[in-house]
Amino acid sequence: MTLRLPELSLVLLIGPSGSGKSSFARKHFKPTEIISSDTCRGIVSDDENDQSVTGEAFELLHFILRQRLKLGRLTVVDATNLNPEDRVKLVAIAREHHVLPAAVVFRIDEKTCAARNAARPDRDFGPHVLRRQFGQFRRGLRSLKREGFRHLTNLRSVEEVEAVEGIVREPLWNNRRDEHGPFDIIGDVHGCYDELRNLLGMLGYAVEDHVARHPEGRRLVFVGDLVDRGPNSPDVLRLAMASVKAGTAICVPGNHDVKFLRWLNGKKVQPTHGLTDTIAQLEADPVDRRDLIEFLDGLVSHYVFNGGRLVVAHAGLKEDMQGRGSGKVREFCLYGATTGERDEYGLPERLDWARDYRGKALVVYGHTPFAEPRWLNHTVNIDTGCCFGGALTALRYPEQETVSVPASATYAEPGRPLRSEEKVDAQLTHDRLLDLDDLRGKRQVHTALKPAVTVREENLLAAIEVMSRFAVDPRWLLYLPPTMSPCATSNREGWLERPEEAFGYFRQQGVGEIVCEEKHMGSRAVAVVVRDPSVAMSRFGLPAERRGVLYTRTGRPFFNDTATEHALLERLAAALETAGLWDELDTDWLCLDAELMPWSVKARELLQTQYAAVARAGEQHAATLSEHLVRALSSTHLDDGARATLSALTERVEPRRERLTRYREAYRHYCWDVVTLDDLRLAPFHVLAGEGATFTDHDHPWHMAVAEQLQAADPVLFPSTDWRSVSLDDAGQVDAAIVWWEEMTAKGGEGMVVKPKDFVARGPRGVVQPAVKCRGREYLRIIYGPEYDAPENLKRLKQRGLGHKRSMAEREFALGLEALDRFTARRPLREIHECVLAVLAMESEPVDPRL
Amino acid sequence: MLLSITNRSPDATDLGFLLHKHPARVHEVELAFGNATVFYPQADQDQCTAVLAVEVDPVGLVRSKGARQGGWALGQYVNDRPYTASSFLSGAISRVFGTAMNGRCPQRPELVDSALNLEIGLPVVQGNEELVVRIFAPLGYAVEVRRLTLEPAFPDWGDSRYCEVVLRAELPLHQALKHLFVLIPALDRDKHYWVGREEIDKLLVKGEGWLAEHPEREWIVHRYLKHQRRLANEALERLAPESDEEDAEEEPVERRISLHEQRLETVAERIAALSPQSVADLGCGEGKLVRRLLKGTAIPRVLGMDVSSRALEIARDKLDRLPPSKRDRAELILGSLIYRDSRLAGFDAAALVEVIEHLDPDRLDALGQVVFAHAAPRHVFVTTPNREYNVLFEGMKTGALRHGDHRFEWTRAEFREWAERTAAEQGYEVALEPLGEEHPDHGAPSQMAVFHRID
Repeated sequence: MTLRLPELSLVLLIGPSGSGKSSFARKHFKPTEIISSDTCRGIVSDDENDQSVTGEAFELLHFILRQRLKLGRLTVVDATNLNPEDRVKLVAIAREHHVLPAAVVFRIDEKTCAARNAARPDRDFGPHVLRRQFGQFRRGLRSLKREGFRHLTNLRSVEEVEAVEGIVREPLWNNRRDEHGPFDIIGDVHGCYDELRNLLGMLGYAVEDHVARHPEGRRLVFVGDLVDRGPNSPDVLRLAMASVKAGTAICVPGNHDVKFLRWLNGKKVQPTHGLTDTIAQLEADPVDRRDLIEFLDGLVSHYVFNGGRLVVAHAGLKEDMQGRGSGKVREFCLYGATTGERDEYGLPERLDWARDYRGKALVVYGHTPFAEPRWLNHTVNIDTGCCFGGALTALRYPEQETVSVPASATYAEPGRPLRSEEKVDAQLTHDRLLDLDDLRGKRQVHTALKPAVTVREENLLAAIEVMSRFAVDPRWLLYLPPTMSPCATSNREGWLERPEEAFGYFRQQGVGEIVCEEKHMGSRAVAVVVRDPSVAMSRFGLPAERRGVLYTRTGRPFFNDTATEHALLERLAAALETAGLWDELDTDWLCLDAELMPWSVKARELLQTQYAAVARAGEQHAATLSEHLVRALSSTHLDDGARATLSALTERVEPRRERLTRYREAYRHYCWDVVTLDDLRLAPFHVLAGEGATFTDHDHPWHMAVAEQLQAADPVLFPSTDWRSVSLDDAGQVDAAIVWWEEMTAKGGEGMVVKPKDFVARGPRGVVQPAVKCRGREYLRIIYGPEYDAPENLKRLKQRGLGHKRSMAEREFALGLEALDRFTARRPLREIHECVLAVLAMESEPVDPRL
Repeated sequence: MLLSITNRSPDATDLGFLLHKHPARVHEVELAFGNATVFYPQADQDQCTAVLAVEVDPVGLVRSKGARQGGWALGQYVNDRPYTASSFLSGAISRVFGTAMNGRCPQRPELVDSALNLEIGLPVVQGNEELVVRIFAPLGYAVEVRRLTLEPAFPDWGDSRYCEVVLRAELPLHQALKHLFVLIPALDRDKHYWVGREEIDKLLVKGEGWLAEHPEREWIVHRYLKHQRRLANEALERLAPESDEEDAEEEPVERRISLHEQRLETVAERIAALSPQSVADLGCGEGKLVRRLLKGTAIPRVLGMDVSSRALEIARDKLDRLPPSKRDRAELILGSLIYRDSRLAGFDAAALVEVIEHLDPDRLDALGQVVFAHAAPRHVFVTTPNREYNVLFEGMKTGALRHGDHRFEWTRAEFREWAERTAAEQGYEVALEPLGEEHPDHGAPSQMAVFHRID
């Protein structure tokens, strides 16, 4: 004999002590699926038989049960479960989580139970205990059905218990996780047969004998409300019934369908909201009543498809109800969330459940008509009010495109006007404000490049602080750039960094084709620029028109005055226009990664208080010391030993002066006065994203080519960036690149950035560093101090670890690209912000700032 | 870093005896952070100069344990520490000239207390001319001070923060060394080691006989102890028990304490008058208002929220020192005024004291949503500086703001405009009032908007 149980249920084993519940549980369920009251007693008191801790033990039992049911795990409660009051509590917990309660009742005779208990040394309770249990047992069993146990199994003897060979776990009817589509999900048809046929035609379906078929095997999913209001409910029903029967369509019920069914079943219903139309149409054009009842009665409240990634329900479905079964779930599927109040039109006031939806599954639904398909937080409402003269809409899945046909006529007057106030974009409206509840706490960010990037809570809090105090409006922040690691240190005497090690890294990672780009020394700037200032509102959801934004690598506004920012973005937009890039890239906004020069624009305070200050203090110190030394050595009072020591000191001091001079030269190179916009230089090197697409699938030569187009369009604002492709197998190219780097850095250049040719490169050990920098010998004085290349210093500086920096770069790169992907996919702002915050959080990790 | 000491008294080379360093030789001493060399560029009967040159190991500095504890200033390879007169130099003085500083000269004891015609050269000192004069002149020095330019290639970057200093005086050498030992680190803004209680003893020993009478003693003590107020007060107490405890913070733009206290007192009183069941202090900082609201037993629940975990840590520390009857009514959370936050819902009253001006103006829209639309307390008190009043602050430049992090300061009209618009949009009524003593033309230093929700 096999028992059948719903795959997600709360199973109560009911029976007196000694009736064999625990053995049965051990035999048929995983140990982790069983919560036993005795075990809980043991956990809280070290004594499984201590009846005085029953209260505490059951609190624990209920707690575990709640956690398991929340996560959707079948759970067996192994306790006597004889008292109806105790059972009611458990059933209530099952209901909280929309899980079906099931009971297995052990009707074993008292003698057997007593004998078993007697054989167990730990059960030394007297016969009165068992007698009382049996009394409770007999009295309490009658109410089981009433308590809500639809799945009830009685085992009437030891033999019957032993005859159970196994338990079949039956999937819930709504579980269609193994069906992956493709689907065409149809919004509320409401008897609009002609529009349905048109739509099916557009989607590529042919209809024969009422059965809709797609040549590629796509299937229809109706979100319900097939009937009422429209002109031809009978044909809509025929098509849906025949197609469902033929397996080419799936249907969930709508509230109108259910009301119609109640009418069919002879129940008394108010013939409003178009039901009278349906009844009249059926009188003229009858459909078999039993077929209708059978079809409508068999409809399941909602379906979970495609491994849990797609949910279809008439009025939508909250995350914690998906794939669950209960009266509440069915009610939500049919009517959605309502306040229980009626609105000014006398209709039930509906709650916008989608606003609070945070689930991962895409929920496709209808029920409440909107002027356009309404995307919000991974839900889409495709009821576009066909019967009210709107349109009939389908969602193609997995393509996630909507297809609509306009209604041929207005068949009914809506009880309230179609909600068109959110025509802008429901998601953008919703995302005017981010919710800290969505962003707080330790988290794992799942990115395309790295499956789980862990963000620690304290780092996240630091990021929230920085973001709150300094960052631009989060709606602009679709990307933050990753940090970049330098190459390993060089073995060559007198050098800290050299190209050989940068090339060596990529060679070792199995990357053969690389690009070397001149590294400009300014400040990192991310530009988001729009073709038309209105795009700031229509695409980014900003409250006013704007040309875009220019922000630093930590998301702060690049300029303190918006006038400069605006003027610079105007120039950038104009250059994009001149270069024809808006059209070429088919977008009305772009996100660019760039370096903005001169360094002194952003770093002036740092230059004054640190870089120039050190030079000045050093010069003064060295000059005075030299003077003293010269005077001492030209005097006559010193003995020979002193003279020798001072000569040696002079030899140490003089090179220091020389190094200080070179240090000053090094930073001066990156400073000039900025009087007008023409004094600024913007060197873009990545074209990150535009409408509908990131450009990270283009290789770096493509990105540099775009930069060159900009340079041609506005040679003043955009400096040329020298770059070259290098094949690491070609010794000639490698040598030439080294010479190129040496010449460039000797002239005061910062150095170069070496990247794999592809924007995203994978080696045998996973994702390769997106870029490695190799800095020039003079430039490094700014980083490691004027005297860094003195042999005694260089020796120590060569000892540095790159591991943490590289791991950060890798994580931040993954997060940055993920943010861009999410933005272009029009995901909710919180999901983009999550990535951007995570990059900022990484940046608060302590890492050597010189790397 | 460099120090030169020139003696122009007759028998000038006696300096060698006093310093315990023979003028014909070079003396090298290894120090924890580098090494020191003493040599004499000149050693004549009429003039004798000793130079103490300290070479700091710049890489060792960054990689040392002290740097990791000491924080940013030492964590930089690009650092003025090797060049500028700092506590490193004091360390070198006490190490190399310790005997001289302590006034011991067994060979020529009569020299110790005789005043010499001294000239002391410090080629790189942090600080401005006026400050250097104020510190050294009272001790009898003729001070020659020249500010160093910063960057000849960029004249508009202005002057550097360094001076070249020459001090001349008739003094016993050990006195001069003690002065330098205390005043060099006081002039330097950065300290290279953690300041502990033992520093007080060093200060008092070296300052004996002159520091107590120095007109700038409080400044010197605070700076020497790097603004560790508790240590400074203890030191001043021991130095001159009757000295009054003025706040020695540097040039406060507004007399912060009194004004801010007044602001908090007013807000706390006004909130208490409403007898609220719960109050949220949004942007609570170190929790001053929270603690004030806990006074008495009237308010059962006080929430403090701030975006800075550092500020909250301090606030928490201070709360933990309160008795449980107060402590248990308070709660502190890290949060932000530009993110919606369910934890802020359901309060009777909320206060934003000097908070809004720390946000960029284009983020105020979000703040309005978070506070008025979502948290939606019954009463909201918002205070912000009155920009018109700024002209009355002495030494404040026109157009300057009162705090480096202020993104804006509003006139009374600007604040009114924002408050009334926000109230209208969010279903509140609002009244504005001055905060602090009013000036007939420029109003009060601060201003307050009191919002009441229209239910």
